[in-house]
Amino acid sequence: MADRGPRTGFWAQAFRIAGKDLVIEWRSREILATSAFLAVVVVLVFSFAFVVGGVAPPPTVVAGILWVAILISGVVGLGRTFDRERDGDAIRALLLSPVPRTAIYAGKLLATIVLMLGVEAAVAVLVTVFFNARVGDNAGRIASLLLLGTVGFATVGSVFSAALLRARSRDVLLSTLLYPIVVPLLIAGARGTANLLDATPDFDAAAFWTEFMIAVDLIFLVVGAWAFEPIVSGD
Amino acid sequence: MVTSDPTGSRGTVPASAATTSTGEAQRIPADIAPLHVANVGKIFGRHRALAGVSTTMNAGEITAILGPNGAGKSTLLAIVSTLQAPSSGAIRWGNVELRRGSPERSALGYVGHDPGLYMDLGALANLSLFAALYGVPDGAARAASLLERVGLGGAPPQAPVRTFSRGMLQRLGLARALVHEPSILLFDEPSAALDPAGVTWLGTELQRERDKGRVVVLVTHDLDAAAALAEHVLILRRGRVVRDERRPGPWGAANLRAAYEESCRG
Repeated sequence: MADRGPRTGFWAQAFRIAGKDLVIEWRSREILATSAFLAVVVVLVFSFAFVVGGVAPPPTVVAGILWVAILISGVVGLGRTFDRERDGDAIRALLLSPVPRTAIYAGKLLATIVLMLGVEAAVAVLVTVFFNARVGDNAGRIASLLLLGTVGFATVGSVFSAALLRARSRDVLLSTLLYPIVVPLLIAGARGTANLLDATPDFDAAAFWTEFMIAVDLIFLVVGAWAFEPIVSGD
Repeated sequence: MVTSDPTGSRGTVPASAATTSTGEAQRIPADIAPLHVANVGKIFGRHRALAGVSTTMNAGEITAILGPNGAGKSTLLAIVSTLQAPSSGAIRWGNVELRRGSPERSALGYVGHDPGLYMDLGALANLSLFAALYGVPDGAARAASLLERVGLGGAPPQAPVRTFSRGMLQRLGLARALVHEPSILLFDEPSAALDPAGVTWLGTELQRERDKGRVVVLVTHDLDAAAALAEHVLILRRGRVVRDERRPGPWGAANLRAAYEESCRG
């Protein structure tokens, strides 16, 4: 039977692009190592500042630390994922291929989410250890909040990273542009996580923040998919 | 503006055996249509980069786009490649308008001064990836045969291509552009930073692709290279065509330099 060639549907191409990013990361471990190192430093610094006399800070503070660590390490990972497109002008070859721009966006998004979730797992363990946090009590719900926060962060971050691909001071600009936009997600994630880390968890409040994050993610996804093509094309 | 035979005589190349510059007989396919640039303009803010550019680039012919810095050469190539949309006019390949969304853009292959590769992947992995993105059947075998063709068959398979020399990267960049057998090949200053041996090799490859009957477009500052390779010369100045001329064979350095200086004078 004749070889009909690889599948070239939307998701096949998106997974191919995400797979390429993950293979590169698997070989270099550059993003995971850098992001995880930054996250560890942040958690360590906060633990020295807030754990006084062996007494852990309240859940609101621990939740804030968790999300700040994720935010800081996430920006580093995001920037590097897109740097790989810029090196050797690979992005031009990718844009010239018949792959739809939205599939390129979906691929970059998927890879960023997977890499960020890897770092977040490590951060969650660190926070549990250093702050004696009750992450394990509601691990599923906290994981949902982290996933939603990551999706929203990566959705907007991928668009900005693509827009800043050829900018000189893109690392500074990425943080400057991205942080204000993801603030609603950060607040919702921190509040929802605090509700779940409490000795008497407030599941209703956590559910409210989860729904809020779903809504924000949907808006970000629609706007991101719509904006990616003109931004990456320079139109 | 100087024009001569704007559609060119090579557009009537028969689909019969033709002798290539390398001496081998190949069939020139009759189904590769010429590329028409129809009244293309491009405006960036208040700056008009291109104005009313029209020309025809035939299959089986090398078109050299020349001009001083800022003339609009790379902008024109970016529009032809569909990476940028024209502010006015259109690019037509045969009867089809080439646009970003049109499936016919798969007929384009592009080689720039950067190789267009993932620097942390190996040579075979890069070519296999692009073969898959273009839906090339048996992409791994195609990638391997292209590596042999560009002289990189012996390259370490797992070594990231960032460890390659500039010449090796440019060879691999050409292989990447050829992986889906494009009908139209676009080269934007491909010999920049190549050593003399690399420039010679690249010239031979351009002729080889021309002899296969492809549309080959070369943007360059190197008048000697253009004189040795191109039959069709398009000279741009301040975004406008000042010369669009064909000759039956390569121009020769003296002829092209005289034509260039005459066109860009003033």
